Amino acid sequence: MNQEQKAYQELTQRMMPRRPIFRNLLWAFFVGGMISEVGQGIEWFFMHHGHLTAKQAAAPTSVVLIAVGALLTGLGWYDRLVKRAGMGGALPITGFANAMVAPAMEYKTEGLLMGIGARLFTVAGPVLVYGMATAFIVGALRYLITGVA
Amino acid sequence: MALEKVGLATYRTSGVFVLGTGAVVGPKEGHGPLGPHFDRVWEDERQGHKSFEQAEQALLAEAYDVALQKALARWSDIELVLGGDLLDQIVSTNFNARQHGRPLAGLFSACATFTEGLGLGALLIAGGGMNTVMVSASSHHQTAERQFRFPLELGYQRTPTAAWTSTAAGAVVLGSKSGPLAVEAVTLGRVVDIGAQDPNDMGSAMAPAAFDTIQQHLKDTGQKPGDFTKIFTGDLGHFGIRMLTAYAESKGLRFGSELDDCGRSLYDAESQDTHNGGSGPGCSASVFAGPLARRLASGEWERLLLVATGALFSPTTSQQGESIPSIAHAVSIRARRGEAQ
Repeated sequence: MNQEQKAYQELTQRMMPRRPIFRNLLWAFFVGGMISEVGQGIEWFFMHHGHLTAKQAAAPTSVVLIAVGALLTGLGWYDRLVKRAGMGGALPITGFANAMVAPAMEYKTEGLLMGIGARLFTVAGPVLVYGMATAFIVGALRYLITGVA
Repeated sequence: MALEKVGLATYRTSGVFVLGTGAVVGPKEGHGPLGPHFDRVWEDERQGHKSFEQAEQALLAEAYDVALQKALARWSDIELVLGGDLLDQIVSTNFNARQHGRPLAGLFSACATFTEGLGLGALLIAGGGMNTVMVSASSHHQTAERQFRFPLELGYQRTPTAAWTSTAAGAVVLGSKSGPLAVEAVTLGRVVDIGAQDPNDMGSAMAPAAFDTIQQHLKDTGQKPGDFTKIFTGDLGHFGIRMLTAYAESKGLRFGSELDDCGRSLYDAESQDTHNGGSGPGCSASVFAGPLARRLASGEWERLLLVATGALFSPTTSQQGESIPSIAHAVSIRARRGEAQ
């Protein structure tokens, strides 16, 4: 980068409109917190009415949250929520559902195979790849250290 | 008709007129501050078409129709279509040529495509080669989102400097037959790369290119910014205009109230949540073909320098960490009210 470019990038940084970080943080905290609270409620429901342990209740809870996230995406509401809440809406499992359903809706026009089939994971792909890779490494480490699979 | 080179990169054109303009926009653009000045406003982004790509083609086709109607011309009068859009292989422009069947020169300067076409059309007519040329540019919010950003329903946060690609198409019939607006001069721009890398901040990436072309035009023609009633850049947006003003000042060029931007004017930033403002080739095309051309034709404005700006990156180059080369083309347009037409 030459002197002129450097000076311009500095000017850009100086004049750049500030992101409303405090407002964004509050939104993320409350929306992310609300989704987590709802998830906790669902888990308790399965524990008390389904007589499941906390560990057993985790899977059906995730399924319900994914279904709700998918439904809200289909109705066109979830993107409006995340627009305000940022990571508060994208990070919970409902955000994962959004990342899977949005491409499915989007690429319908390119057909089942090369549209939905090929591009379903365009957004969630990196999360799955690195999520699974991390899980594998952490699991292997745990096995090596504690001997528990 | 005559063509004269002035200075290093500017061509004075005489005997080139705007015979008719057509501006067709989507619902969001229609609800914006310029809404009443467009020829047609669509009620929804799809308007019954099978895909958004087909909708964009139809949007452009309508702009062509309106421009021809106003110019009292038919497709058979058009000797050449100069136009482009944002989509890969400029499909909106190319596919429309299946219907109109006229000779086509497809163009790409990203969001600067409209003045590239307007400038080239004026040069071809002033040079004595052609009599009637159609110029166009279009964009569609949904087709651009899926090509450059994310699926529509995916939730994510836009940064304050992110632009909103407009659903808009503009078409202009240029001709040697006398009309209410005259094209005076054309300066085609150079690519300027200031090292910016953020595709969510195209305004600041493009501002130096806009400066380069405007300065060249002013120098070649011996004018200052105040000699124009208005200087409209394409889609620098709120932040880009501030960057252009600051950058120009550091280079000794001071703009006054004549400087404005098509993208900044297209939406109401507060109520429409469009952050930096409108972008896309259709932005400057429709804003000129609708509101700006009307103001000139009505005599409210006398002279306009239209400087559409383009960020020439692709999603691939951006992911590979390349900077964003930018370009701007300037066309000077004069109202001929009161003159013998």
